[in-house]
Amino acid sequence: MDPIRLTVNGAVTTVTVAPDTPLLWVLRETLGLTGTKFGCGIGMCGTCTVLLDGEAVRTCMLPVAAAANHRVTTIEGLSRERSHPVQRAWIEEDVPQCGYCQSGQILAAVALLARHPHPTDAQIDEGMTNLCTCGTYQRIRAAIHRAAQGGAR
Amino acid sequence: MSARTSVTRREFLRSAGEVGGALVIAFHLPPREASAAVQAGTALAPNAWLRVASDGTVTLTLDRSELGQGTHTALAMVVAEELEADLSKVRIGPMPENPAAWSRGMTTGGSTGVYTSYDILRKAGATGRAMLTAAAAATWRVDPSACRAERGVVIHTPSRRRLAYGALVARASALPVPSDPPLKNPRDFRLIGTRQHRLEAPSKVDGSAVFGMDVKVPGMLIASIEHCPVFGGSLVRFNAERARAMPGVRQVMALDGIPWKGSGGAWGVGRTPGIAVVAESYWQARQARAALDVEWDAGANGSLDSDGIRAELVRLSTGPSVRVRTVGDPSAAYGSAPRHLDAEYETPFIAHVPMEPMNCTAHVRADEADVWAPTQNQTRAQQVAAEAAGLPVERVHLHTTYSGGAFGRRLESDFVAEAVALSKAVGAPVKVVWTREDDIRHDFYRPATWNRLSASLDAAGRPVAWTHQIVAPSIDLKFGPLQNGVDESLLTGAMELPYAIPNVSLDLVAVDLPVPLGYWRSVGLTHNTFVTECFFDEVAAAAGQDPFELRRSLLADKPRHLRVLELAASRAGWGSPLPAGHARGIAVCRWDPTTCAEVAEVSVAADGAVKVHRVVCAIDCGQAVNLAGLEAQVQGGILYGLQAALYGRITLRGGRVEQGNFHDYRVLQMADAPVVEVYVVPSSDRQGGIGEPPVGPIAPAVCNAIFAATGRRIRSLPIVAAAP
Repeated sequence: MDPIRLTVNGAVTTVTVAPDTPLLWVLRETLGLTGTKFGCGIGMCGTCTVLLDGEAVRTCMLPVAAAANHRVTTIEGLSRERSHPVQRAWIEEDVPQCGYCQSGQILAAVALLARHPHPTDAQIDEGMTNLCTCGTYQRIRAAIHRAAQGGAR
Repeated sequence: MSARTSVTRREFLRSAGEVGGALVIAFHLPPREASAAVQAGTALAPNAWLRVASDGTVTLTLDRSELGQGTHTALAMVVAEELEADLSKVRIGPMPENPAAWSRGMTTGGSTGVYTSYDILRKAGATGRAMLTAAAAATWRVDPSACRAERGVVIHTPSRRRLAYGALVARASALPVPSDPPLKNPRDFRLIGTRQHRLEAPSKVDGSAVFGMDVKVPGMLIASIEHCPVFGGSLVRFNAERARAMPGVRQVMALDGIPWKGSGGAWGVGRTPGIAVVAESYWQARQARAALDVEWDAGANGSLDSDGIRAELVRLSTGPSVRVRTVGDPSAAYGSAPRHLDAEYETPFIAHVPMEPMNCTAHVRADEADVWAPTQNQTRAQQVAAEAAGLPVERVHLHTTYSGGAFGRRLESDFVAEAVALSKAVGAPVKVVWTREDDIRHDFYRPATWNRLSASLDAAGRPVAWTHQIVAPSIDLKFGPLQNGVDESLLTGAMELPYAIPNVSLDLVAVDLPVPLGYWRSVGLTHNTFVTECFFDEVAAAAGQDPFELRRSLLADKPRHLRVLELAASRAGWGSPLPAGHARGIAVCRWDPTTCAEVAEVSVAADGAVKVHRVVCAIDCGQAVNLAGLEAQVQGGILYGLQAALYGRITLRGGRVEQGNFHDYRVLQMADAPVVEVYVVPSSDRQGGIGEPPVGPIAPAVCNAIFAATGRRIRSLPIVAAAP
């Protein structure tokens, strides 16, 4: 196995794992970044979402080798002290219940807001396809609108 | 569970070590005696405790899991209210590691998390406030009655001198404990009944919250288990030659099955037989698992399928039933009434699907074990772990992590039994990680039910008789054989039929099936409220009456039902015009003592697609604690129930579950989620829970709205029968 060079949260690191290992498990087990979660393993639930060059990608089926030469941002690297507007909006709107899906939801929202700085409800419906069985969708929607308005509601 | 007075040496030392420089108030849940402050060196047997540190931080030790339901924040608010603490300085400590020494069963379920601890936590907080106030008074040499506590500070009112709690703990902990400290008048509450942010939310937006899946132990191995796909099946043979040769694989071994049906009141374990691959990393374990060659014997259930189960339930409906409730004489009323309605309703098996798949980490040594589990049933998890490890129960240290959803699934301890057996076998810490397919195919399902109902109307259209027969596989076989054929978990929501109908009967046929069953958020309330509230709507339609008005007239002696029904109808604008194609449905339920009513606004497209636009919910749970958390729980409960009503269905073929992941077990997405409005009835009635009641009315409210929109009755769930 050849070492694979990754850029995660701004730091360059090298991992030696089978190149078909999903990025999710390299983040969680090799790099210890457990904020990115495992939920379905088939790219449907989105708990494993990270940003790859700013785009939201699901990492449970993404071979780690495919992430080389790209910038990976996980929830741990999104901001210092939870200062990102989306994280602040998430706390203000009291979005998390169990919290397990929220790392992925937040990163999906960050990517959505990059595409649509002031998303409509229809754009939120289309862009936010991560699953949450606690039922936090209404507050996720409110938090995205809040973040889009710079924290105001 | 009986109260215990002894604690282990380990707990004594640890607790005593924490006492220095802090005020520690021990109390028992449930209370055994007046709360007692405990100082270092005295008899220390705390079952739960409140600690005020010299930096003013308040740490509360609780016996309830945080599964997303917000119980920790609500309980912290209760203590902070009476203690007059600054809520931002209240922390929830780790849950105690020895559930066997606890004074009550350590489980989190049944929507009991807040109200079963409310009174004792208020008293604990009030005790602390009285002692800290007395300490300040002693410092100033003034009368304590001239002092008051406010947000973590004691103030001498005449002189306006102030002392922070942190500076008072040393003196306070040397004071006698007041036996009956005064509680606040609820009119003076500044926290209880307000909206407060969830305490642990920051850790859930930056990835730092530790779920079971995230536990790290030095030297830990990861296991993935190929489970027997057929309920009750067994292993014939397996060949692990290829798997063992794969990178990182340390061990491949068979795990025996343990029945999900219990005995003598002991909760069955329900460990499915499996071949476990233990490796250095998850992906290695998962890849090697795929390389296993396993042959299973399906056994007696190889031909079990959903159609056959349904046919069996229908067949058993004509056999003997157990009469569990009788009011008046329904048969006589049936005979003399001029009009009758009959209907059959059915609900499918459904799965829990919490977002975090089952997992558990165990480290078994010769004389003790540590177990890290996302569990809502610490008491049973510790027992199961002790059995699997071959250790006395108190030698198992159970560490509770956050749970990524639970909904009743984590009351079971099958995944704990797996991790402990594997750690013991390989002699290293092992984390068992299930796939989503493992989760959906090896759940403890909400039982399928088949129901026969009849109603009789008099000449004026008033319902004069109501009969209901439930035929369903029994959940409570998990504790052993049923007493007199009654499984109360199948009756919740049907026993409580609240309407003033003079002749009522309820019959049950509890069936023994090999499908593992469990408690699914709100248990019987989900299927029974669907059945009874939809059929009541049929009665209203047959009587030519408005479904809200008929409910109202038959709930005249049920004020708590009536309050939520009227509030929901009023806020939803019941009877007011709607956009073309939209219609409303209403339903009400009680999860004792909480009552909950919902109005759903629905449209049905030409192709039959159902869209739920808006749900208005009114709830009366007595004194509410955290209105923000309550609203989240109600929204979540409604979406959880709606998801099941619209899509939820587990089917069996060849003794195995046909669904496996979110592509064929559909859950609600953002685009499907209605706006949910929550209204809380101001109430000083008996306090109840809030996690489960909102799940009950949503399916019937939606189905009744579909009838109002289309004239079509939904008598079988799910509403969207086809997979996406």
